[in-house]
Amino acid sequence: MGVAVQVDGLVRKFGDFIAVNEVSFEVREGEIFGFLGPNGSGKSTTIRCLCGLLLPSAGTVAVHGLDVRRHAEEIRAQIGYMPQFFSLYSDLSARQNIEFYAAMYGVPRAGLQQRMGEVCERLELGPIMERPAGNLSTGWRQRLALATSILHRPPLVFLDEPTSGVDPITRRMFWEVIDDLAQDGTTVFVTTHVMDEAEHCTRLAMMHYGRLIAQGSPDEMRSRHAKNMVEVRTGKLWDTLAVLQASDAVVEAVVFGDAIHAECHAALTNPAQTVREVLRSARISVESVAAIQPTMEDVFVSLARRYGHPEHVAAGGDG
Amino acid sequence: MLRFIQVIKKEFIHLRRDPMALRLVIVAPIIQLIMFGYAATHDVRNVPVAVFDGDRSAESRQLIEEIEHSYYFHLIQTADDPRDIERRLQSGEAMIGVQIPRDFQRKIMRGTPAQIGLYVDGTDSNTSGVATAYMLGILRQGAASMQIRQARTEGRLRMAPPSVSVEPRVWYNIDLSSINFMVPGVFGLILLVLTVMLGGLSIVRERETGTLEQLLVTPLKIWELLLGKLVPFALVATLDASVIFLLALGWFHVVFRGSLTLLVAMALVFLVNNLGFGLLISTLSRTQQQAQLTAFLFIMPSVLLSGFFFPIANMPVPMQYVTYLIPLRYFLEIVRGIFLKGAGIGVLWPQMLALTAFAIAHFAAGIAAFRKRL
Ligand SMILES: Nc1ncnc2c1ncn2[C@@H]1O[C@H](COP(=O)(O)OP(=O)(O)O)[C@@H](O)[C@H]1O
Ligand SMILES: [Mg+2]
Repeated sequence: MGVAVQVDGLVRKFGDFIAVNEVSFEVREGEIFGFLGPNGSGKSTTIRCLCGLLLPSAGTVAVHGLDVRRHAEEIRAQIGYMPQFFSLYSDLSARQNIEFYAAMYGVPRAGLQQRMGEVCERLELGPIMERPAGNLSTGWRQRLALATSILHRPPLVFLDEPTSGVDPITRRMFWEVIDDLAQDGTTVFVTTHVMDEAEHCTRLAMMHYGRLIAQGSPDEMRSRHAKNMVEVRTGKLWDTLAVLQASDAVVEAVVFGDAIHAECHAALTNPAQTVREVLRSARISVESVAAIQPTMEDVFVSLARRYGHPEHVAAGGDG
Repeated sequence: MLRFIQVIKKEFIHLRRDPMALRLVIVAPIIQLIMFGYAATHDVRNVPVAVFDGDRSAESRQLIEEIEHSYYFHLIQTADDPRDIERRLQSGEAMIGVQIPRDFQRKIMRGTPAQIGLYVDGTDSNTSGVATAYMLGILRQGAASMQIRQARTEGRLRMAPPSVSVEPRVWYNIDLSSINFMVPGVFGLILLVLTVMLGGLSIVRERETGTLEQLLVTPLKIWELLLGKLVPFALVATLDASVIFLLALGWFHVVFRGSLTLLVAMALVFLVNNLGFGLLISTLSRTQQQAQLTAFLFIMPSVLLSGFFFPIANMPVPMQYVTYLIPLRYFLEIVRGIFLKGAGIGVLWPQMLALTAFAIAHFAAGIAAFRKRL
């Protein structure tokens, strides 16, 4: 497998503010590369640098081996991009938008109708094709934007938070489409701040205050970070939380839904047993205590705690 | 199909769906032409006049009739209280107030000077100055002819008739020829405003609404993008210019002595200049509002210093030098020269050369400033 995107020491500043700080990673051809991180962590800025929309302040970016500074035009012909914020023409109908962008990418007229039919059927766009894009609800807009960005069959697509603001059914449809794309050999670079979506990805990179703090496959991320995760179910959520947070055995305890997730020290061999003992000695009754597979959110919380605020961020990620 | 043709098609869809743009492109030029064509000319017509007749004699009525029948004035309901005149001037109902004194008839009979009160609202100094001159003319002439008639009937003809002096300012009004001067100027002005404004919005509009982000990641070339964006505006401006030209000749009966080909050619050069300048503004602005404000800040002095209203020769000398930096100045000289004097390349070549140089410089700067980046 070749390398689709190679990023080395990418820095992007806005004035004095460093939005992307010394980021390095590579995206392999045909994989679904998940770019994670909370809002404002520099995901969109990185994508814009990869698409040639923003010039890097420092570092190098190569897409399919082409340097973005010198070969932006060639790169543009090989990528599809779905921006985070809706960027199609609101006064053009869905169909007019798709046709316009197909023309911009030079999709031959001969196969256009068939290709449009294919994509629109996959994303179930039929009912809204003649409606002005500006009148569509967020879910429809995102589907239309996705259709527009993949219609010309680019070998590499950048999707910036494609699932933000869409309903769960559309969300599932999106991930199915992304899987299909990867099946067909398309490289998909997708950002999200919903950590659970990371499970769909081949590999992940996690951004935090402009820095890349971890990368690897979902399993690697889980086993490397937030290893000893214990889930506690109890009627006394807040008392339990206080006890666990005060305990030496526990690195971090957070409320997770209606339970508590406690990350225990990596040295512990049976963390669930340790937690049970801690709670028993504090006379707190529990419904269940069990070692669990950490979720991606656990991983992120663990990493975020370790890296803290940007002033304290140590150099580089660990991937 | 060629990509820039698709961009042109898209721009026309925007134009068609945008009521603001339609107004700017179609309605505004025609209204501007009619407004400037009528209002900005110095011709005085139908100036509202309020009259207080304190005498109510045959003579005073005759005088009022003369005012009423004049082509220049429109008598609004005659006031029946002298204070009424002031009120009407203040409210703007009347621009001129005339107060005929009680002893008007008696004085005319005796051949002694009669004093008529004349009140003028000088807010619009141009119109009021000319209107006052006309009014003075009517009043003096009217009173004088009455006195002469009276003198004749009394056999006092040996007496020298009171002098009939007509205010020289009457000649200020160049009457119809001011339309000839103004309308070709309006032609240039409308082209300037329309194309700088449209060009000014071209890029920044997409930047502000966010659509530029999607457009810029396509392989569309810069020249395709700019051509696709500006050609529709050029077409629209050409259409507007044709309508204005036809209205100028058909409606305002402006003389046209020169070559139509030359006018079209120079209008196109001017258009390129303005679109290039607009593009430059658009590329450097972050918001549409900023672009419009910047365009306005350049259009205002352009109009003032171009000789549109005031002859450049009447400006202070340092200002006259500044006018050389204003493309509209050259275009107005060219347009007025072609329209009124039938001037050709032989006479107008310096202006044409200057305008062409500006057009090339502005367009090149607009393209150079444009980057396919956010
Ligand atoms: N054009 C810009 N000018 C100034 N600051 C910006 C600009 N774009 C992004 N930023 C800042 O850079 C940081 C990262 O933004 P972004 O890349 O959009 O984050 P994310 O996509 O992860 O939410 C944010 O603090 C944002 O305010
Ligand atoms: Mg973002």
